Amino acid sequence: MIEIKDVVKRFGAQVVLNGVNLTVQEGETMALLGPSGTGKSVLLKAIIGLIRPDRGEVVVDGLHVASLKRDALSKLRATIGYVFQNGALFDSMDVFENIRLGLTNEDEFKNPEYARERAAECLRLVNLQPDTMKKMPAQLSGGMRKRVGIARAIAGKPKYVLYDEPTSGLDPVNSDIIDALVMRLKEELGVTSIMVTHDVRGSFRTADRIALLTGGKIVAIGAPEEFKESPVPEVRAFLERDFDLERDGAVK
Amino acid sequence: MRGPVEWLTMKAGRSTLDALAAVGRFAQLMAEMARGLVEVKIWFPRMIDEAWSIGVGSLFIVLMISSFTGGVTALQAGYQFTGNIPIYVVGSLVTESVVLELGPVLVALILAGRIGARYAAELGTMRVTEQIDALESLGRSPASHLLIPRVLACLMMIPVLVIIADFVAVGTGWFIAKSTLGISNQDFAYGARVYWHTLDGWYSIIKGFFFAGTIGLVSCYRGYTTQQGAEGVGRSVTGAVVTTSVLVLLLDVILAKLILQP
Repeated sequence: MIEIKDVVKRFGAQVVLNGVNLTVQEGETMALLGPSGTGKSVLLKAIIGLIRPDRGEVVVDGLHVASLKRDALSKLRATIGYVFQNGALFDSMDVFENIRLGLTNEDEFKNPEYARERAAECLRLVNLQPDTMKKMPAQLSGGMRKRVGIARAIAGKPKYVLYDEPTSGLDPVNSDIIDALVMRLKEELGVTSIMVTHDVRGSFRTADRIALLTGGKIVAIGAPEEFKESPVPEVRAFLERDFDLERDGAVK
Repeated sequence: MRGPVEWLTMKAGRSTLDALAAVGRFAQLMAEMARGLVEVKIWFPRMIDEAWSIGVGSLFIVLMISSFTGGVTALQAGYQFTGNIPIYVVGSLVTESVVLELGPVLVALILAGRIGARYAAELGTMRVTEQIDALESLGRSPASHLLIPRVLACLMMIPVLVIIADFVAVGTGWFIAKSTLGISNQDFAYGARVYWHTLDGWYSIIKGFFFAGTIGLVSCYRGYTTQQGAEGVGRSVTGAVVTTSVLVLLLDVILAKLILQP
């Protein structure tokens, strides 16, 4: 379970997160919507300990992320797959080596046959041919890089997957494939996911609950049907694509 | 509206805080690297690759600058030493100036540009494209994957390049002195030996070692702490080269005082 309790994060004078509270249950898929620049990615990075909140707590499986020692944090991170917005592939390594680094179990990492098999399997899951393994990231299109990033994040069979805009920049067919993958990981492996996205249609299809982060706070949260009917003005404005950035605090 | 005194105080306060924060970040990086040293299986193969890249990649430029340095030292010595000064002094001057000063310092300054800029750019780009975050998110240590191999490769290869530069510069100086000043092999060798101390060779290597540490650590620190996109990478690269060059010259003075005139 992931618990975010009253998290505050400032960058200089800008308050990005201003008392965020959110709980994601085991096996749940949570879609986090919100306008650009409202701290959705910052929240994901706080969950995995890449950013330390100024105040509040992030608790994963009962562990307080900010106070974990290096080894304990590494162990926790091994249970979390993180899909970066632009793939964040290691450009000095080929696709196979990138995905192999996602094998967080050292025995699996050191077994080249298993690593190759798992890499091919993960590539197929994201609709890429296994021969993509030999390519360098520079030889891939933006969408392919993103999908290799997803393959790397799921290679180690993580308990949690944090997706930072997994479908942005993808064509509709590949967006659907990624949505289907998110659902399949949940159904077959019980993976718990948080998906930062602007894809309202995709989030209604894949998420168990949807939250809207704006003005540094979660202003609405609920099952897709509840969310769709929410009377909260920010939700209405977001769904109707009539978002006033200044009014809602995305720009300060 | 703020008066000039208040403005200056604020500026000084902010600079002090920034400097203290930089010291803190550097200390944190050093601690990370110290902890990462136990992961030998991760950093060792990468260090060998980096060392090969520094050694082979820098050999040509080192051979070139050391040849020019030896040659010009011999020519200038010949220009200055006229009249009653014995010709063998050219051998002393070329050997001592190359080994004590020119070899290690020029190699370090060239490599500050070549290696320092490369490391700062590589790590800075990895930082702004979230590759370093990705490494951490996979539970792997950026220190053992990225920093330790680079710093240790510098410590391993730069002193070797300094030794090569010393030999090549003295050899070129010898050849130029012989062909333009007419100095005999015996005179040059006598001059080279007459003021030679065993410490001189060690001093050159020790300087190379300190300069290597400076190049590796400063460039890795600047690259690793890059912020704000392509502009930030540019700032890190410039900062790495300028800071390393200044520190090399500062260390040059400090080491001369500590080792040659304790």
